[in-house]
Amino acid sequence: MTPARQPGDWADALWDAVRAGDGSAATGVALAALESGLGPEDVLLDVVGEVQRRVGQAWVDNRVGITDEHAATAIDSRVIDALLAHPAVTLPEPTHGRVTVACVDGEWHALPARLLVEVLRLRGWQVDDLGPQVPVARLLEHLHRTGPALVALSASFSTRLPAAHEAILACQDAGTPVLVGGPAFGPGGGYARLFGADLWCPDARAAAERLCRGHLPRPAPGRQAVDDLPHLADEEYAHVTLRAARLVRAATAPGDGVPSAQRTATLVDFLATALYTDDDALFSGHLAWSAHILATHGEPATGLPAALDALAAELRDLPRARRVLAAGRAALAADVPPPP
Amino acid sequence: MTSPAAPADPAHGTGDGPPWDAVPCPLLLVGAEGTVLRANGGALALLPAVVPGRPLRATAPDWLISAHRHLTGRPRGVTPGDGDIVCGPVGGRTVRATPTPGPDGGVTWWLADDSDDRHLADALRHERDRTAFLTELSNRLLASLNLDRCMEATAWLAATHMADGVTVIASTTDRTHHVTHCVRGGEPERRALSLDLDALPELGLALSGHPPSARGIDPAALPARLLPPGMGPVGSVRLTPLPGHGRSAGVMLLLGGPDRDVHGEQERERDDVTLRLFAARAGAAMSAARLYAEQAAITATLTRDLLPPHAPRLEGVELATGYRPSGDTERIGGDFYDVHPGSADVPEPLVVLGDVSGKGLDAAVLTGKIRTTLHALIPVAPDHRRLLDLLNGALLDTTGDRFATLVLASVGHDGPALRLRLTSAGHPPPLVLRTDGTVETVATSGTLLGVLPHAEARTAAVRLAPGDACLLHTDGITEARGGPTADEFFGEERLRAVLAECAGLPAEAVAERVQMVVAQWLGSGRHDDIALAVLRAPAAPRPGRAAPP
Repeated sequence: MTPARQPGDWADALWDAVRAGDGSAATGVALAALESGLGPEDVLLDVVGEVQRRVGQAWVDNRVGITDEHAATAIDSRVIDALLAHPAVTLPEPTHGRVTVACVDGEWHALPARLLVEVLRLRGWQVDDLGPQVPVARLLEHLHRTGPALVALSASFSTRLPAAHEAILACQDAGTPVLVGGPAFGPGGGYARLFGADLWCPDARAAAERLCRGHLPRPAPGRQAVDDLPHLADEEYAHVTLRAARLVRAATAPGDGVPSAQRTATLVDFLATALYTDDDALFSGHLAWSAHILATHGEPATGLPAALDALAAELRDLPRARRVLAAGRAALAADVPPPP
Repeated sequence: MTSPAAPADPAHGTGDGPPWDAVPCPLLLVGAEGTVLRANGGALALLPAVVPGRPLRATAPDWLISAHRHLTGRPRGVTPGDGDIVCGPVGGRTVRATPTPGPDGGVTWWLADDSDDRHLADALRHERDRTAFLTELSNRLLASLNLDRCMEATAWLAATHMADGVTVIASTTDRTHHVTHCVRGGEPERRALSLDLDALPELGLALSGHPPSARGIDPAALPARLLPPGMGPVGSVRLTPLPGHGRSAGVMLLLGGPDRDVHGEQERERDDVTLRLFAARAGAAMSAARLYAEQAAITATLTRDLLPPHAPRLEGVELATGYRPSGDTERIGGDFYDVHPGSADVPEPLVVLGDVSGKGLDAAVLTGKIRTTLHALIPVAPDHRRLLDLLNGALLDTTGDRFATLVLASVGHDGPALRLRLTSAGHPPPLVLRTDGTVETVATSGTLLGVLPHAEARTAAVRLAPGDACLLHTDGITEARGGPTADEFFGEERLRAVLAECAGLPAEAVAERVQMVVAQWLGSGRHDDIALAVLRAPAAPRPGRAAPP
């Protein structure tokens, strides 16, 4: 017999199957891990979740394309389906209470939320899984209808932060405490605190354990975005958001070497998010990453400064936007390595 | 400031000289050794026990004696401040005393009757507390349209502000009562209880809205299961009806511990007003939540069959679907799909995807009608043209000026490959994605449904080799308006380009990729309903790769 394998070994095997695009091999790995005695929660989080983390990191590092990420996610979803259909996995009768899990509006990365959903079900919670990109209005309608003990919100992509804040405030206004998680909130959950989320957890296991400890906070209704973020009173975020299309046209106007319209639209999105959070580093980090991606594609990054200058000219009346753009230019000039 | 008219001669300390009595403020002069030297008429009226010539400590109230001792006990020359001003009760009134030390070690106490000010300040503070409480109450109660949440908020607020323990019982039409408990400092707990109201006539009356105001009841008459878990001995119970929108929303039991009489306190009258306001708001909130729940339940029942179905697993076929209604709050719309898995009579599974003119609930109702009709027509499904003609006839008779477009896909097997028969009735033609990234438009077309007396359509046969995929979609994708400049259609070219990038991906990944790109294209802009379905022949297994460890 081979010695007992660690979750990491199974994750390595699943990673190979996922990279090969081999769905049935992937399912085989996960079921073998389960049959070797690893608990369902451990397979979900330490094998499937670990592979999903690697996929995300590979995308950030530009080692896989966006379609590879979709393919990996599709395979991992099927793996989860197969795991839960395995006779060794039985869901207990829900005894803890009812919670809602949703991705914030515009957020497509549904798998981290799905993992939390299944872990909570395994631990005896009744879970309503609203899936990816849930508009606030639909989330609220659901809360009023079902009255959950808590809403868990997932956001992976930084530009979803304003939408996340809106959702947090709306849920709390409906008297429901909010737990947030996902890379968008920062490695230590800094944005979760900034936005007044009731709870932040670094991963699904920590979230499940926190929920099972009980004594959930009781948020006070009536808070508004500007209460958490007084700088929003200058309306620069609203201004940039409303003029996004014009800004993209202006930033792509210089012509030769400027980033594509889609890439520029993302750049403007990051600028708006940096204004929302008043965090220059969020914008600079994205720029450094973009320059790095362009470089690995063998494209010159010379268009980025030109695009920033065009944006600065368009936004010369907005002091915070000028500051954020200047910080971005400085980061490009310093050739800061992209965040890990 | 110096002490007024410091006495030249302690023997004249009776205090009836003109300068002292002329001072329009009660004054008390206490010598360095603690004897009351002088007191004017005002002071004697306020402190009737004080006798000039006798020690202060024998005649004045304790709080003044202690303040005087404190003041004279510290080193000379320390200037008295606001902290030396003292207040205390004297026979039902409140007196304020402000000291001014004299140069000889004596102290002049300036007295004032503070009762009225104190009373007003108390009343103001009480009103402010009540306003703050009622504001918090409104915020918390109006926050949720969910009955359980409203009851939790009611119980928690009452336990925090008004009682040691609270039980809230919702009115109901059956015998099961929804009950929420909360003890002070604890968390609300929900329970469902079956209550025999004949045995609890007072509670039964209150639950039906009588009597209309709060009243005390005998704690011994209350069954233990109506008490919050963890609640100690109960000394008093106050039964408070919660009126709501013309009917009773429920009742609230305010419970006091043995040391606390929840309905016998001095400020009962004032508390009564607050309690009535509380009960009215809680009752209104619970009643609104109940109405919302009733309406939501009706809506859910009526629209259940209009929701996009979960795609069933089809043997040997990868199938992924996606749906996004135009309205943020809606879950249904004018786009639809359906999957009929096949049966003994009609073995080929049939996938339908379509679009009804218009948006929202009206359009959704028509999609329900079409799906039901199609379900009944499944026996003729092998003949797409006949199916469409029958459906067209049914729609002509019933839909008024509305029309529909749809595409039918019958799925047959040919070894590991799939043999599709595709028919469009006025619908955007399906696209086929080959494993090499080629995207083909399927040559099928036909008339839209519900307009012309007879439906015409041309069916196309398509073979999907393992790994090939076929996309059925509605025009919500190609007509999505947005992009970097916010005013461009997504268009078929972009759709084909996105598909080309998805060559070889699982059906779910293709569906997700297309939806995500379109969602990014739309940004926060308004959009039409969007539906899509991806059919794929599973890729051949690749033996020898990525075996389990």
